[in-house]
Order: sequence, then C-alpha cells, then structure tokens
Amino acid sequence: MYVYQDYDQRLLEERVAQYRDQTRRYLAGQLSEDEFLVLRLQNGLYIQRYAPMLRISVPYGLLSSEQVRTLAKVVREYDKGFCHVSTRQNIQLNWPEVQDVPDILAELASVQMHAIQTSGNCIRNITTDEYAGVNPKEIEDPRPWCEIIRQWATFNPEFAYLPRKFKIAVNAVPDADPALIGVHDIGVKVIHNDAGETGFQVWAGGGLGRTPMTGQVIGEFVPWQHLLAYLEAILRVYNKYGNRDNKFKARIKILVKALGAEKYRELTEAEFAELKDGPMTLTEEEVARIQGCFTEPAYRDDVDSGVLDQALQENRAFNRWYHTNTRAHKRDGYRSVTLTLKKTGRIPGDVSDEQLEAIADLADRYSFGELRNTHQQNMVLSDVATDDLFALWEKLDALGMATPNLGLLTDIVACPGGDLCALANAKSVPVAEGIQRRFDDMDYVHDLGPLDINISGCMNACGHHHIGHIGILGVDKKGKEFYQITLGGRGDKLSRIGEKMGPSFESFEVTDVIEKIINVYVDKRLENEPFIDTYERIGMEPFKEHVYG
Amino acid sequence: MGKMILDGEIVDNGWQRFEPGQLEEDGQSLPENQPVIVPLAYWQAHRNTLLEREAPVGVCLEPGEEPADLAADLPHLPLVAVHFPAFKDGRGYSYARELRTRYRFTGEVRAVGDVLQDQLFYMHRVGFNAFEVRADRDIEEALENGLRPFSVTYQGDVHDPRPIYRRRQELENA
Repeated sequence: MYVYQDYDQRLLEERVAQYRDQTRRYLAGQLSEDEFLVLRLQNGLYIQRYAPMLRISVPYGLLSSEQVRTLAKVVREYDKGFCHVSTRQNIQLNWPEVQDVPDILAELASVQMHAIQTSGNCIRNITTDEYAGVNPKEIEDPRPWCEIIRQWATFNPEFAYLPRKFKIAVNAVPDADPALIGVHDIGVKVIHNDAGETGFQVWAGGGLGRTPMTGQVIGEFVPWQHLLAYLEAILRVYNKYGNRDNKFKARIKILVKALGAEKYRELTEAEFAELKDGPMTLTEEEVARIQGCFTEPAYRDDVDSGVLDQALQENRAFNRWYHTNTRAHKRDGYRSVTLTLKKTGRIPGDVSDEQLEAIADLADRYSFGELRNTHQQNMVLSDVATDDLFALWEKLDALGMATPNLGLLTDIVACPGGDLCALANAKSVPVAEGIQRRFDDMDYVHDLGPLDINISGCMNACGHHHIGHIGILGVDKKGKEFYQITLGGRGDKLSRIGEKMGPSFESFEVTDVIEKIINVYVDKRLENEPFIDTYERIGMEPFKEHVYG
Repeated sequence: MGKMILDGEIVDNGWQRFEPGQLEEDGQSLPENQPVIVPLAYWQAHRNTLLEREAPVGVCLEPGEEPADLAADLPHLPLVAVHFPAFKDGRGYSYARELRTRYRFTGEVRAVGDVLQDQLFYMHRVGFNAFEVRADRDIEEALENGLRPFSVTYQGDVHDPRPIYRRRQELENA
C-alpha cells in the first residue's frame, strides 16, 4: 500500500493540531454552530440522533493490520466496542464525544489514518474495486491512480467549498463496474489505446440520492499524463456553475443534465486547454514511484493444491463457503476471501473491537498483513494461498464471519438507518433483519442465486438502494415509516437505477412483499437464470401484479 | 477605519467598499479623495468617469460575476475584491485563481464578506493576498493561526504551481 513519506505524516499531524484548535474554539464559543458544522463535516464528524458520528477515511478501502489494530483500540476506548463499514469503504464510529475527536485523530494519525474530507461539500474518499490489484479481469491495478487522485484532492484549496459533496471512483475492469463509476460524480475508467498506452475514459454526472442518474462520458480518452488536469477542469466548471441555491439541485449530475454532456465537455475542454502540459502533468517517475507502493507480495510457489481439493471433498460447509465467499485471483494458488459482516441479527457492516483484532491477526498470518473494506460492507483478505483456506475458514467460522452468503439475498447492504442517523426516515436495520430471518434456509438462499438487496433509510441513499436488484427506501408519510420498493437496479456488470414498483408499504409488510417478489422470480425463472436477468426478461408487470394484485 | 490583513500584515483598511445598488439607491456620489471599491455593474456603467478619478478604484465581484467579465479592464485596476456572502460559497476560490493564473493579475486580490480564520489558508493559496476578516473576529489570531496551518501541500497553487513531487525532485537535483 502507499507508504507515507515524512511529509505525508507531517501533514496529518498538522491537521490534528488544526482540528484540535477548531474544536477548542467551538467549545469556547468562538465559532458558531454553523461555522463549526462546516469545519467538522470536512473532518467527517456528523452530529447524529444520539451522538456524533465520525467517519474515518480508508483510501480506496485498503487497510494494514496495524491500522486495524489501532481502529480496534479507538473503538474500544472512545466508542461502544463497534464500528461500521460504510458503502464508501470507510469506517464509521457511532458514539464518539465531540471533545474526544482530536485525541482520536491523533491516535489514528500515528498509523497514517485520518478523517480528512470524509464528509462536507468537498472531494470525498476515492473508491475502487475491492479486489483491485488481484482481480484477474482488470487491465491494470487502479490503486496507484486512486492514490494520485487522493493526493491532488487532499486539501485542494480551490475545491474545499463546492456546491455539494463530490465522489470519485476508479475502475480498471472492462465490461463490468465493480467500483460503480456509473453512479459517481466522476467515474474514471482505466483503458488502453491501440498502442497499449494507458488513458482514462472520464464520466461525470452520475449519482444516487434524491435524483439518481448514471453519468455521461465527458472525456473519451484522457492520456494518463493529463488525468489531474482533466479532473481539475471538470471540477472548476462545477465549482463555478453548480447550483448553490438549492442543495437538492447542487450535485454535478444536475449541472451535467442541465447543460448537456456536449456543453459540459466544451467548458471542460476550455479549462483543460489551459492546464494541459503545465506543472500538473504527471511524470513517468512519479507514477512509477506510486506504482512501486502497490507491488505484489511475496507469493509462495509451493502452494499445495491437494490440501484444498481434499477439504472441498470432505467438508460440505467449507465447500459452500469456498464457492460463495472466495474469488479467483491473478496468481495461481491464491484466492481472495470475503469476510461477510452480515450475520443475521447484526447491523450489516458492523464489526467489534475483538473481531477487528482477530481479523488483523488473520491478515498477518494469511494475507500479507493487508485488508480491504468493500462497498457492500464486508471485508476482504485479498491474497490467501489455497492450502491455507480451510484453516482460515475454520477461524472465520468461529468468529461469525464465514456466513456463506456473499452476493446472495441475505448479504443485505443497509445504512445505519433511523436507529442512529438523524437524517433517516426509517429504520433500515430491523427491515434487513426481518428479511434475513424469513430467508433462513441457506440451501434455499443458495438456490436463489445472486441477488442484491439494498436498503436506505432515506433518499440520501447511503444504502445504495437504487442499484440493488431489489431496492428498499425508507420514506416518511405523515410521521409514519413507509418503504418504497424498486426493482431492476444494478451495481454489478453495469450501474443502473432501479424502477419504482408502486405505492410504498408499512414496515410490517416489507418482508412479505420481498417474499412475493422472490416467489414470482422462482416461478418465472429459466434454468440457472439469476434474478436480475429474469427481471430484465419479463419486466416489472408480473412482479407488480403479484404484489399488489 | 477597520483593520485588514495585507501581504501577511495587519494594516488599516483605507478603502471604502460599496455594496451592489448602494450608490444608486442613496443617490450618493463617490468620496473624492478616498480609494473606493465599487460593484461590477457600477464599474461597467461609469467606467470612463471612474478611470479619470485621482483616487484609486477597485472592483468587487459577487458570486456569479466572473473575472472574465472584467478581463479587459484588469490592466487599469489596482485591486479586485471577491465577495463571500457566506463562507460556504466557494465560487470565489476559482475566481481568485483565474485572476492570477489566467489573467496574470498582479494587483491586490481581496477577500471581503464572510472572511474567517479557517478559510484564509485556502484563500491565500488560490491567490488572495488581502483579507477583510469579519469585524467580530480576532484578526490577530486569524493572522497568526489561519494563514499557515500547514507546511505541507500536495498540489501546486498560484505561488508555486508545482505539485509536491516536482518541488522535491527539483530540490534534490539542485
């Protein structure tokens, strides 16, 4: 992973000092609520329903075991022993005290972690494929580009007070969208031209939230040297012309739609012309330096494939987990393992201090000391030798993190919802639990195949409900919680916004409705046809009829 | 006379600034011997008269009024102010940057309005060299703690357009 230089570290320490002083002035009454609000948000601190929430940045989801141990310590000392993996690959603490935050930041800074720009109207954490670097389908490792963008975005003086939040994601897998670049403010797709040179297809104007839409291609092929100049050009246009009167119309997607992609491209190109070939131009040396931080670990050449084969034959539970929760790897003899944080009865994405410590130990023992957070609120050990898989599985099983449901119905993505969040209309977590309890037969869940259910407690869409094959959105109707269902969203091969099914439901109805939807699928599916394909083949009508009929 | 920060020092603010519409509404004329900052619309309406004045004239841009609207006049102006009605409105950062890098404006670029300690560093980096810190705030503290909270910057800025790796590389090569 990216190795901090002395100056990266100094920057973090200076940030801690700055934020400590801001907190002091706020508590002393020298900063108004409104002024401090903006400052604390730029540092990931929300004031929530019961307590503040601190969002800790995990650049492109990558963590070292040392960082995870420090997180465990922070979670134990300053929170209630739990933290939460978010859909943007970050970590959230739900119970810190405002006055403790500077100390938390100091602790995090000791292991090169921070909360810089994890909220507020600025450039947020850069995200990518959770299997970046080991995904056999990617054309190159996207993480060096993420890091290059991260440094440019960090405390960028021109773009700290944008009209609205701004999210950038990078994808390097052709014909798939594991980083969801289609629904980001800017999506960067790594591509190669005929000469084999790296460049980027740059999308802009995607987003979820209140007005979900997929982005449009603004830059067809931006040569790698000019990545930052091109991003800066897009951002400058947005900073100048994005709507600032109405926060619901302030995202770049609204501007791109209003101007049209053609006009947006024209404005971008005009800014870009001025920046191109200037000092922002990336150098081969710098790219090589950053790429050098993401080299292959010392893979073993003597992985014994017989160990895995035998375990697969002898242990049915392990076999199921292997096929569901591990993935193909670039390197023969290795697999990527996803630790599911979705055990029924637990808040999706929640992980305890003890689990964090156990996971850190497992990462050291089995996966070169590194971990990743996924946008589906799970964690990944990316480099596990196949002859270690059985031993690892036994340990994960004991920790409750080997539920073999990755990508299946019960692997539900959900925001923390109204139990914790002040913005939410509805409680996402009990809804998720209700569904998980109804579908408690793991054989049946496996038979149903790949199925994404996403739940958001409000239209800010932290649970990415628009891109769930089945999306569930909490809405408020005269002070009562209702749930609106969408079908056909996608965040897999491509990003697509789901379609509303019809009138919303009361909370006690939701589980029944999901079951009815599933029954239609089971009835109509062709052999081996996943839910989303059936939906795309037969459309909304049969589902609607059965649910509302 | 209020205080302000100019080029890293606290000085008396000798300029009088008029809000958009203020001069027209009051039927006021400009004070003859005092430097003034007028709104863009007023400048555009009275350009020739203003150019003949002895005392200096600067122009203030509101959000939505871009440096491009003033580009041809910049060589005649000693000062351009950018108004921040609310500190959260970040358009002025792009305006200052354009004034410096696109139009090569070398006069004073002044932040006025909701100008607070915690934004000074960014403002300085995009090209502001003068700050009318909001009157109810401690300008001494703003100067001491607001202008340089960081010794490290990743990106280039108007003072040094090179990103950190180029700066370090060139230092090594020197």
